[in-house]
Amino acid sequence: MKERLFRLGSALAVEILKMLSLLLAVSIIAFALVSASPVDPVQQYILGIGPVSEEQRAEIEEYWGVDDPPVERYLNWLSSLLKGDLGVSSLYRRPVGDIIGERFANSLALMLCAWLFSGGIGFALGCVMGINRDRWPDRIIKKICYLLSSVPTFWLGLLLLLIFSVWLQWLPVGFSSPIGVLDSEVHLWQRLYHLILPALTLSLASFANIALHTRQKLIDVMENEYVLFARARGEGKGTILRRHGLRNILLPALTLQFGSFAELFGGSVLAENVFSYPGLGSAVAEAGLNSDIPLLLGITLFSALFVCVGNLIADLLYRVVDPRIREAKR
Amino acid sequence: MRNKKRWNRRTRVLFYTVFMVALLSAAYLAGLLIPEDAVASDFMNAKLPPSFEHPFGTDSLGRDLFLRTLKGLSVSITVGISASFISAVIAVLVGVAAAVGSKRLDGVICWIIDLFMGIPHTVLVLLISFALGRGLKGLLVGIAVTHWTSLARVVRGEVLQLRSCQFVAVSRRLGKSSGWILRNHLLPHLLPQFFVGLILMFPHAILHEASISFLGYGLSPEQPAIGIILSESMKYLSAGLWWPAVFPGLTLVLMVLLIDKLGDNLKRILDPYSAQE
Repeated sequence: MKERLFRLGSALAVEILKMLSLLLAVSIIAFALVSASPVDPVQQYILGIGPVSEEQRAEIEEYWGVDDPPVERYLNWLSSLLKGDLGVSSLYRRPVGDIIGERFANSLALMLCAWLFSGGIGFALGCVMGINRDRWPDRIIKKICYLLSSVPTFWLGLLLLLIFSVWLQWLPVGFSSPIGVLDSEVHLWQRLYHLILPALTLSLASFANIALHTRQKLIDVMENEYVLFARARGEGKGTILRRHGLRNILLPALTLQFGSFAELFGGSVLAENVFSYPGLGSAVAEAGLNSDIPLLLGITLFSALFVCVGNLIADLLYRVVDPRIREAKR
Repeated sequence: MRNKKRWNRRTRVLFYTVFMVALLSAAYLAGLLIPEDAVASDFMNAKLPPSFEHPFGTDSLGRDLFLRTLKGLSVSITVGISASFISAVIAVLVGVAAAVGSKRLDGVICWIIDLFMGIPHTVLVLLISFALGRGLKGLLVGIAVTHWTSLARVVRGEVLQLRSCQFVAVSRRLGKSSGWILRNHLLPHLLPQFFVGLILMFPHAILHEASISFLGYGLSPEQPAIGIILSESMKYLSAGLWWPAVFPGLTLVLMVLLIDKLGDNLKRILDPYSAQE
C-alpha cells in the first residue's frame, strides 16, 4: 500500500512538472503572439479612459514598458503573474484576476451541466448502440451522432434560440439573469432558467463523441470469448452488459470525458456568445475584439490550466482505478 | 434507386468524388463569378421571406441571401482547403520526424503536440487571429496550425509500426538506403493517410472558419461568409426573421456532411483492412 502511494505520488509529481512546463510554454507563446499584434496596447488603453495629458501618457507607457525589449516585458509580466497580479483589464477597468474568478463561476455552472448531461446521455446512448449493433436503434442513433458532429455549435444554439425563445417563447433570449434585476436578488431557479438553453446547446454539441466512443468499446468487448461463454450460459443482454460490459467501458469513457475539457471550453466560447451568457467564453471573444491584452492573456492561460487539470485527472484516474495499469508497473 | 443499390463501394466513391468536385468547383466559381452588385444592398427588397425570386429570402439590407451564402461557401472552401492542406503537410512532416528521428526529438515533438492540445482550439485561433490583425490571413494561419496534431500522432504511430515490419528490416539488411526505404516502403503507406487525413480535416476546418467568423474575428463584416451572415441574423432573430438564420446554416451543414461522407468512403477504399467491410 505504501509503495503504491509512493508510486502514485511520483507519477503525480512528474505529471505536474510536465503541466508546469506546458503552462510556461503557453504563457511564452501567448505573450509572443500578443506582442506581435499590430494593435498598440497603450493607444487602446487610452482610448478607453479618454483624453490624457503627456505626463499621464508617459506614465502609462512606463507601466506597459513600451521601450523595454520584449523579453524584459515578458519577465515583468511573468513575475507579477506569479505574485498573483494579472494586470488590469482595459475593457472593464478591473483587475483581470477578479473578472476571471467571477466569469469562471458562471462558465463552470454552464460547463458542468453540459459535461454531466452529455456524459450521461452519451454513455447511455453508446451502450444502447453497442448492444444493438447494426440493428435499427444503433443505426438511428449513429446517424444522429454523425449529424450532430457536423453541425456548428453556434448554429445549433441559434436554432434552439429560434425554436424555444422566439417561436414557443418558453425560455429567455439570453443573459444569465433577468435584465434590470440586481445580482443579489436573482433567485437560483432564475439562474437555472437562463442556463437551460446554453447548457443544452453545449451538451448536444459534445455528446456524439462520447456516444460513438462508448459504442466502439462495447462492440470490442462483446466480441470477446467470455461474452460468448456468458451468452452460452444463457445470460441475457442486460446481464452481460452489467457484468462484463460496464466495468470494461466505464473507465475509458470517464477518461475521454475528462480529456475533453479543451473541446468543452471551445464549445462554451461559442455557446456563451450566442446566448450572451456572461462567462469566460464571451469575455475572451470581447477581449480580443477590443484589444484588451491583459484579459486575453489571462483567460488564455486560465483555459490552458483548465485543460491541463482535466488531462491530469484523466491520467491519474487510470492509474488509480484500472487494476491492469496499477499492477503492471510493480 | 434500384440501380444505386447495386453499385459497389468503388463506384459509389467515384460518384461521390465526382459529385463533390463538381459541387466544390461550382460553389467556388459561383463565389468568383457572382458580381458584387448582385449582392448589393437594396432597401426596397429588405427582409423578404423566401420566394421564387429569392430562394433564401433577403436580409435586413435587402441583399439576396442565396447569392451571399454561395459567395460565403466559396470563401469557406478556399480557407478550408488551404488550411487543411497546410495542416496535413505539417502533420506528415512532424509525424515522420518524430518516428524516424532520435528519441529526444520524439519526446520534444510529443511535448509540442501536447502543448497544442493543451490550449482550447477556439482560444488559440482567436489569439493567432488577433496577433495577425484578424482578417483572412489570421483565420487561415490559425486554423492551419491548430489542426495538424491528431493526424501527426496517427502518422507517427504508422511510421513506428512500419519501421518494425519485416520487409523494412529485410530491405535494410540488403543494404538499401534510408531514402530508398522512405520512397518505396514508407511513402506508399503514408500517401493514403495524407489524403484521407486531409479530407477528414476539411470539414473541421470549415466549421472552425464559420465559428471564428461568427465571433467577429474572420473577415470584415461587409464580406460574405457564413459565420458573418449568421452573426448578423442574430440581431433580427427576435423580430421573427428566421430565414437568415436557418438557410445559410443548413447549407453549411449539408456541405460538411457531404465532405465527411466522401472522406469516409475514400478511407474505406484506400485502407485495405476496411475495404471489404
